[in-house]
Amino acid sequence: MNQALPLIWRRNLERYQLKGCVCNSCGTAYFPLRKICPKCRSRGKLEQVIMPHGGKIVSYSCIHAAPSGFEVEAPYFVAIIELDNGARFLSQIVDSPNEKVKDGARVKLVFRKICEDGAEGAIAYGFKFKVV
Amino acid sequence: MTKFGEHWTSSFREMVVEAGAHAIRDAGIEGKDLEAIYGGCMASGRFIGQEHIGALLADQMGFNPLPSTRCEAACASGGVAFREGFISVASGMYDVVAVGGVEKMTDISTEDAALALGGAGDQEWELFNGATFPAIYALMARRHMIDYGTTEEQLAACAVKNHANALNNEFAQYHRKITIEDVMNSGYIAEPLKLLDCSPITDGAATVILCATEKAGEFSEKPVEIISSAQASDTLSLADRESLTSLKATRICADQVFKRAGITASQVDVAEVHDCFTIGEVMAIEDLGFFKKGEGGKASEDGETALNSKVSINTSGGLKACGHPVGATGVKQVVEACWQLRGEAKGRQVDEAEYALTHNVGGSGATAVVHLFKRGDRK
Repeated sequence: MNQALPLIWRRNLERYQLKGCVCNSCGTAYFPLRKICPKCRSRGKLEQVIMPHGGKIVSYSCIHAAPSGFEVEAPYFVAIIELDNGARFLSQIVDSPNEKVKDGARVKLVFRKICEDGAEGAIAYGFKFKVV
Repeated sequence: MTKFGEHWTSSFREMVVEAGAHAIRDAGIEGKDLEAIYGGCMASGRFIGQEHIGALLADQMGFNPLPSTRCEAACASGGVAFREGFISVASGMYDVVAVGGVEKMTDISTEDAALALGGAGDQEWELFNGATFPAIYALMARRHMIDYGTTEEQLAACAVKNHANALNNEFAQYHRKITIEDVMNSGYIAEPLKLLDCSPITDGAATVILCATEKAGEFSEKPVEIISSAQASDTLSLADRESLTSLKATRICADQVFKRAGITASQVDVAEVHDCFTIGEVMAIEDLGFFKKGEGGKASEDGETALNSKVSINTSGGLKACGHPVGATGVKQVVEACWQLRGEAKGRQVDEAEYALTHNVGGSGATAVVHLFKRGDRK
């Protein structure tokens, strides 16, 4: 993916700790971090919180044609995860038997290597999820 | 427009000139009539290392010092450029403008092209985590199958129909008839989407000339009228959307264009919709109001979107079979709408076409742009 180190590093709170935010006006939870609540804009203030580590699968796909940096993992699953506080985002699903990756399956956070940038580039770490 | 395909012997700038000259001749204008240029192009910096496309267009066409502006909205760049050209004429600022769309995608490897296209989604939170652009549409397809019982065969029917239409379009990338079995037997890219559910990597350029309504008669005996235009935005990431099975930006555009034009979806004869993946066509024909939500797959399988059926969808062959040079696609859709409304679509002509619609999507639905056209040579 050829990402410069600052591009990876400045996201460490989100990728290492699953830090997101919640709007103090409407209560909506967001991950990744945002500066402004799109629903409330100036009427709300976003407060940073660690997201819950459990959720469920809303949709999923098994990727066969992998992008650069992910070839050795193919085929692998990605999914839209909905955390227990309602925040939704895309993540890989790992360490789970194929037949268990399905609509509504419960998942929990695991910490994994995401990708590496060649032999000399940075190794990026972050979150993935597994079916429980 | 240029033929869409793999142009190993012509460059970005040669395609631009070919499409531009074609449009100017076709419109019956002369270069001196033009007042401004708009160009749609998504990722020339990634594809050929060239930016500043507005200036390149004016320079290569010999139209300096006219103002020339590039518009970028991922795969909707062409549609957005067309809308900006439309707004500039509608505002009264100009009487005659040219709108081009162009992309040269085959000068780099397929892997690098896939990365460039991935930029249409959310780089930091979708691509970084291992998603590909086909995978993002696959997530929509899977949810559509869960919620509405849509099948892989129904998705395949869109690709089969679009390949059939492209057989009669000399500008299309593929002239190859395919069957449901061909699609079902093509390998998975991202389940449930297979290779033949996906639009290809394509080189191509398309240009149209826009003119104030009251002046159109000076240039053309068969002008086509733009009767309404709409554009809407939604979240960059798929996960943040209200729905995974419907593009809200498309629904908003459809609502606006039909209200403004005072017609309904059932009056549209022919529509070019954004089938970057087959599920894209299924969602589009639902979101635009041609079919009820959840019934787009069955309608496609039942042939209701075929040439001269209930509504003729993607007569050009669509993105799937005509090809998808991302910045050019939105303008190509307008070219096809014009040919249909002028009765010049040859072997793929829709009978008595009166109203046409174009629908262009950027990314996984973060931008949508929809236009409605009416045959302009009879009142």
